[in-house]
Amino acid sequence: MTNDSLIQTLSTLLPDAQVKMGTQYVEAILPLEKHHEFMLKLKNTPELAFDYMFCLTGADFADYLMVIYHLESTTHNHIMVAKVKTADRVNPVVDSVADIWPTADPNENEAFDLLGIKFNNHPEPRRLFLDDDWGFPLRKDYQDDVHIVSR
Amino acid sequence: MEEIREIMLSSDDIKTDDYLVNMGPQHPSTHGVLRLLVKLEGEIVLNVQPHIGYIHSGIEKMTESLAYHQIPHLTDRMDYLSAHMNNEAVSMCVEKALQVEVPERAKYIRTIFNELQRIASHQLWWCAFGMDMGALTTFFYGLRDREDILDIFEETCGARLTLNYSLPGGVQFDIHPNFQRDVKAFIKKFRAKLPEYERLLTGNVIFRERTKGVGILTKEDAIAYGVTGPSGRASGFSCDVRKKEPYGAYPYVKFNEIMGTDGDTFTRYHLRILEMYESMNIIEQLIDNIPEGDYAVKLKGVTKLPEGEYYQRVETGRGDFGVYIISDGKKNPYRMKFRSPGFSNLFAINNIAKGWKIADLVAIMGTFDLVIPDIDR
Amino acid sequence: MAFNIYDFTPLTKSIHESLSASLSPTATLAIEWTIVGVVYLLFVAVFGLFLVYAERKVCAAFQQRLGPMRVGPWGLLQTIADFIKLLMKELITPKRADQFLYNLAPFIVIIVTFMAISVIPFAPGLVSFDFDIGVFFVTSVSSIGVIGVLLAGWSSNNKYSLIGAMRSGAQIVSYELSVGLSLIAMIIFAGTMQISGIVEGQRDLWFIFKGHVPAVIAFLVFVIAGTAETNRGPFDLAEAESELTAGFHTEYSGIKFAFFFLAEYINLFIVAAMATTVFLGGWMPLHFGDFEAFNSVMDLIPGLVWFFLKVFFVIFLMMWFKWTFPRLRVDQILNLEWKYLLPINLLNIILMTAVVLLGLHF
Repeated sequence: MTNDSLIQTLSTLLPDAQVKMGTQYVEAILPLEKHHEFMLKLKNTPELAFDYMFCLTGADFADYLMVIYHLESTTHNHIMVAKVKTADRVNPVVDSVADIWPTADPNENEAFDLLGIKFNNHPEPRRLFLDDDWGFPLRKDYQDDVHIVSR
Repeated sequence: MEEIREIMLSSDDIKTDDYLVNMGPQHPSTHGVLRLLVKLEGEIVLNVQPHIGYIHSGIEKMTESLAYHQIPHLTDRMDYLSAHMNNEAVSMCVEKALQVEVPERAKYIRTIFNELQRIASHQLWWCAFGMDMGALTTFFYGLRDREDILDIFEETCGARLTLNYSLPGGVQFDIHPNFQRDVKAFIKKFRAKLPEYERLLTGNVIFRERTKGVGILTKEDAIAYGVTGPSGRASGFSCDVRKKEPYGAYPYVKFNEIMGTDGDTFTRYHLRILEMYESMNIIEQLIDNIPEGDYAVKLKGVTKLPEGEYYQRVETGRGDFGVYIISDGKKNPYRMKFRSPGFSNLFAINNIAKGWKIADLVAIMGTFDLVIPDIDR
Repeated sequence: MAFNIYDFTPLTKSIHESLSASLSPTATLAIEWTIVGVVYLLFVAVFGLFLVYAERKVCAAFQQRLGPMRVGPWGLLQTIADFIKLLMKELITPKRADQFLYNLAPFIVIIVTFMAISVIPFAPGLVSFDFDIGVFFVTSVSSIGVIGVLLAGWSSNNKYSLIGAMRSGAQIVSYELSVGLSLIAMIIFAGTMQISGIVEGQRDLWFIFKGHVPAVIAFLVFVIAGTAETNRGPFDLAEAESELTAGFHTEYSGIKFAFFFLAEYINLFIVAAMATTVFLGGWMPLHFGDFEAFNSVMDLIPGLVWFFLKVFFVIFLMMWFKWTFPRLRVDQILNLEWKYLLPINLLNIILMTAVVLLGLHF
């Protein structure tokens, strides 16, 4: 599907999501409560068929943390970006999509490890790279006098 | 730890206990510092849990304080067997954001280096894989042939492994005058040598017994787990980025995307050997036609990417490597994420290895061609 | 007989006579046994060192490199240096290991090796025991070696050693069958189990040529099964470095490890020596029946030299396998034995019996 028809289909299918054209791909910011339900629709709707998630990123913006999913369809060859914002920084919680795309399982663990985003219903939450009592390095307010040299 | 206390005692009639065996982090066949916690019942693998992070260097955090022309130097060290492809991915992402067109000469040079690097990476994979299988001589044959490529790299870039060659705008310096002659001599020599690799392992009955039908990854699982590269193509998942989103000089060359159907260890192995032939074909089509001109475009002043998000993919020896930049207009990226193929490939192994024996686990790990710094970043 | 000058019988007879002239029979016997023991110890030590060096050089040649070159001219003193190093290492014993069995295991393995060597004829007259069930003796004595392996793995109190020892034990016990049966095929052909009788029977032509098809099959099966018996080559999963550490001898260091290591190479020699004796004629030069001229030329080379040339040929063959082929998985190893080698062996025995009864050989 072209980007315009993708925007149209997504707007009708996901009523509360903000769908627009980003700098490179179509972006949809999903509401936090309906996140899992919308993701399921993205995978299961035949015209969309986003079955390949190739990137899952966590990012720290000032008031919230965001999880960004890059999705591709192997049958229709279109790409979109789905984003979801957490409610706040202190207790960032998002639903896990590991039951929809198994590749999300380790990627969500990585987001948890480096940013502290917790995922509901994750099959095996654990920290991958760092020790259990380490902080969350990718956050912008991460302080570490021993390992980071700031100019 | 809880995993050790979790040793299961079966409640039905007499069975041997399951126990946990630790493979790594220092182990000859995990190809780097990787720890696998394997739950065994006798010889049968029940569960494989990878523990990573032994070589985590925080590269993504580092990029947030570096300028855009400094970042490619770091990317060499992630997937060191595809160093140039990583460099190129970051450079292309920045060029895409700035909408800068690289000169044709630079595109050709970058593509030739990509393919040379791919052959070198597959050679190292082959020699380590043979060694894991027990054919210890393959280690020396693969490395012997790889030396020629490393000498070519050293002539032009000054380094054998961490090439540090592509920058946003093009490449750092022009190719050495002997480059074309050396590459052609190498291709001629290696075309004669590659059938020897096939004779040594592919036709061997012992090797076939150990790899045919072992560790099957179905196409649906490959897509679901995000397994790309030769491992994914062996299952029928058509994921070659060079074909889907051609970059560099790939639109100008004709080559086949090698696909398999069985998805077993033997197919993954054989596919990489065939990919080496294809890489040689690509280089042959490009090596005589490198256009004259500049080898780079000078980017003015301090590079500041316009606000927005940019994603660039390349095909490395392991699969689909992605660079994702979130920029807020400043001279450092706000967030830079590297989508590493090894990460997704590694976590698909648990699914495949269940029910096979430990020796098969070593074979399966070998064909996934993992480079641990790529996973840990 | 044309090869009298290379016959060791006058030498051994003269020693025996000079001793028994001056001492009582018991003392003579004791001294002779001591001499034989010392000679064998020297032989095992020197030959073991040489085999380790040869393996490294052959391996290097296959891998397009040189191997040891620095210690001594052409690296000849390398193994001696390695053994001195092993002797100087601290003997670390795991705390919870069964002390007595842990210390006993390497000795069992080495003693068994010595017992097996004692019946091998190196040259005419140069054999220490020549009784009428020589071949049977060698196979039965080698079977005792399994106990050493299993004890080593079990008493180390280490689950990797245990896995390795179990695999090794299963493998050795299975392949003993094939070794024995292929030797039985040749015994049927030779008509005698006495080793000197087998060697004499090859005076006109070596058994591998005389017995054409069944002898060649028996030879191939023997070499494969012999390699598996010694845990070498494509059958070395038990001690594969890329799998679970070093198998049953993980916990051994210093001189005890040296015993296992040496025993492995001497076992290689024993398998090669048995192959040489039973199939390739032992110390018998290559004779073609009645061609007197050819035979006398062949006899100019001493029996001792013929023996070692043939042994080196078979050892080279076994080293070639090891450095070329990938490893078999343990269930595939057992599969190979029970489903393929054993039936082939049994059919071969029937074939050989038919050949002997109908006189279809040379």
